[in-house]
Amino acid sequence: MERTAEKVVFTRPEAMKNAVTHYCPGCTHGVIHRIVAEVIDELGIRDKTVGVGPVGCSVLIYNYMNVDFLEAAHGRAPAFATGIKRVRPDLIAFTYQGDGDLASIGMGEIVHAANRGEKFTTIFVNNAIYGMTGGQMAPTTMPGQVTTTCPLGRNTKDTGEPIRMAELLSALKTSAFITRVSVHSPRHIVETKKAILRAFRYQIDKVCYSLVEVLSICPTNWGLTTKESAKWLEETMIPYYPLGDKKTPEHSQR
Amino acid sequence: MAKKLMKGNEAIGEAAIQAGVRNYFCYPITPQSEVAEYLAKRMPEVGGMFLQGESELAVGNMIFGAAATGERVFTTSSSPGISLMQEAISYIAGAQLPAVFANIVRGGPGLGGILPAQSDYFQSVKGGGHGDYKMLVLAPSTVQEAVDLMMIAFDLADKYTNPVMIIGDGMIGQMMEPVEFKKPPPMALPPKKWAANGCKGRDPVIIRSLFLDPLRLEQNNRELFVKYRRMQAEEVRFERYNVEKGNKVLIVAYGTTARICKTVIADFKARGINVGLLRPISLYPFPMAAVAEAAEGVKAVLSVEMSMGQMVEDVERSVLGRAPVGFFGRVGGVVPTPEEITVEIEKLL
Repeated sequence: MERTAEKVVFTRPEAMKNAVTHYCPGCTHGVIHRIVAEVIDELGIRDKTVGVGPVGCSVLIYNYMNVDFLEAAHGRAPAFATGIKRVRPDLIAFTYQGDGDLASIGMGEIVHAANRGEKFTTIFVNNAIYGMTGGQMAPTTMPGQVTTTCPLGRNTKDTGEPIRMAELLSALKTSAFITRVSVHSPRHIVETKKAILRAFRYQIDKVCYSLVEVLSICPTNWGLTTKESAKWLEETMIPYYPLGDKKTPEHSQR
Repeated sequence: MAKKLMKGNEAIGEAAIQAGVRNYFCYPITPQSEVAEYLAKRMPEVGGMFLQGESELAVGNMIFGAAATGERVFTTSSSPGISLMQEAISYIAGAQLPAVFANIVRGGPGLGGILPAQSDYFQSVKGGGHGDYKMLVLAPSTVQEAVDLMMIAFDLADKYTNPVMIIGDGMIGQMMEPVEFKKPPPMALPPKKWAANGCKGRDPVIIRSLFLDPLRLEQNNRELFVKYRRMQAEEVRFERYNVEKGNKVLIVAYGTTARICKTVIADFKARGINVGLLRPISLYPFPMAAVAEAAEGVKAVLSVEMSMGQMVEDVERSVLGRAPVGFFGRVGGVVPTPEEITVEIEKLL
């Protein structure tokens, strides 16, 4: 039989460290980390990228990504990234933030960074719950969703409606790329990668601020299996958090 | 360079520029807004970066991000604003980054008032934010000294990879005095190998204050305190004014208060009564040995402050019973007069 040369078709991205993550079984943070790493590799920006980590489940992202990293205070990653880009506009900066970090304690920082049109990229992972602290209610928690701080289900009469961050930020006049994607199925993962690639390209070209909201599952704190979680995301979250581009720099005049 | 008549706040901004610093983040607050206004015009002239953030909370954290790249950076604010920056200051100290903060202190607590005070001594010297950390805290008593300290503050921040605070009361920020910008001799500083500015040709760096392993966190705390001990050995700054054998009373005062005390000392001298002044310039590290030495043989020590009695605690632990330690303070923006300080000293004679 004729031998053919072996060809590598799948490998760890250079922007990813050879590390075992602390994430729970079924968690989609690992998938999103990998997409960001693949994008950094494909764009050839690893040696000029500085990541900013959040407080939340992905607080230890600096142990998994193979780029320079800062660990921010809770919610302040956009202020950190603003600091980086304002004094070193030649660097590529991204923040990686969860929904408690970005939509609750960090609401002020994200709105103003987006409004100033800071030239960095935000990966916003929305799983509708506080993960690391043990499953408390987030601003993005769905109506009726049970968490440890709304054990009878989120009562929107008392706590307001879930915040649609992508839509909220899109309402700003300043030009930006704001989109929402999901990682609950292989097809959606492919779409997520396209969106993140596009977001980094806008930064590299110094066009605008870019944010990719990624709907993500949290089987542990949702109390569901991975398969049930993907279904719950599809049936409960997506109708409320519709996928797609909310704003692009090409169509920013509203 | 000829002397130039400048307002303290503007002189502080110009000093940073003369020191070669090109990155400034700010948020307006009385009585230091002139620094921001001055630098909004001045930074673009020298190709520098000026950014007004959305809050002091954000500005403090912008300082972290900027400092982490290895670039020199500073901000200025006043008491309530500095309170909002305490989160970032704690993280900056924990992550061992160099940055310069200037606090033009106003009266508190709360919104307090907008007039001069020294009531942020505890906040700046004893902590302010959470955790075990120290800032290097320098207190000018003239606009010229504010300029001189500002111009070495960036080297000191780099030397210790630690936040440095220039603490001036509202008087220092608001008054006009002739100043000269003299470049200090360059300090030999180590290369910033820790900076997060892209991992070209090296392994990635991580800049963080998070250490989940208790032994590793303890080690980080111990590393910080090695630096603080080095500050205590190398950065103690003070002025001895009329300190000599035969002092009846020793005054300890800093900033504007110390200047008023100098007037009082001249009046006593004319009456044949010898009063000395030990003026701490570094509030941390506190000039403990110098205070102790100056307190030797005096009848009493008097700490004069624009506070309800904060530095006096450090004076007491320096004097250690060598003489009784008294306190006189005015607060709320009230500046003590030479007359009332005179009365306090007469009580001790």
